[in-house]
Amino acid sequence: MFKNMLAGGLIAGFGAGLFAAMLHFAFVQETIILAERYETGELVHFGNDAVGGESETVSRDSLDPGHGDAEEADTSALTRNVMTVLFYALTYSGYGLILAAAYQVAGLFGRKISLQQGILWGIAGFTCVQLAPAMGLAPELPGTISADITLRQIWWLGTVLATGAGLALIGFGRNVPFVVVGVVLLALPHVIGAPVLDSFNGTAPPELAAEFSARGLGVGLAVWALLGWLTARFAAPEAA
Amino acid sequence: MTQVITSTTGTQTKALNILFVAIVGAGILFFSGFVQSTGLHDAAHDMRHATGFPCH
Repeated sequence: MFKNMLAGGLIAGFGAGLFAAMLHFAFVQETIILAERYETGELVHFGNDAVGGESETVSRDSLDPGHGDAEEADTSALTRNVMTVLFYALTYSGYGLILAAAYQVAGLFGRKISLQQGILWGIAGFTCVQLAPAMGLAPELPGTISADITLRQIWWLGTVLATGAGLALIGFGRNVPFVVVGVVLLALPHVIGAPVLDSFNGTAPPELAAEFSARGLGVGLAVWALLGWLTARFAAPEAA
Repeated sequence: MTQVITSTTGTQTKALNILFVAIVGAGILFFSGFVQSTGLHDAAHDMRHATGFPCH
């Protein structure tokens, strides 16, 4: 059981991580790179005169691709992207282990996890670690200035834990009070409120930030659905 | 009686195993998503932003 949980969680996480990296490069990376060109001041959004520089409307077609010193940029982009792949694999391996552990806890209560249920568990995981935190702290483009990092990390972690506990109570609670407490837990982090600044300081166009957030969440949903399925495939609890 | 004891021990071992795996998972996430040291931050940067970990 132990080997099954450890190896299965890692395999599932690693596979989901590679899928995540693939979707990241297909959907998200271009918005990050573009945002960094606004962050460094190379591009200036017309609404952001205070930063200085030439104000003009930038057309999408004029932005792609290839920029700067080709060879040097290629090497550093390669290193950067390899790191991104590695850290996706690492992060989802961590999530895979935790999900495998959660499956075993469900197993202790006599539940089996079918592949289809695994997908539901994955979507619940996505809700805990991406969707719910994003409602207070939307995924941020590089260049976004925001509240103190420690405060945000505390709120993020609290939201993940509260959402997880809330969903578990709603999903597995035997009667109404469980569900009520579950709903309260889901709402609590948002009633408390995420640490945010009083002003908006972003350098990138709002369209770009919106695109980045939406794509990040969409990719997250797809990856977590796969992670739930893979973990059910490789680390489901044995029948009691 | 023997059976009951065995089964309790079995459950305890299972619970410890589960706890261990969850802690390893959380430890990995701590490094990949939370630690703000420059090296780790830069390497994990794009992933952290895209998956909504608080960053910077």
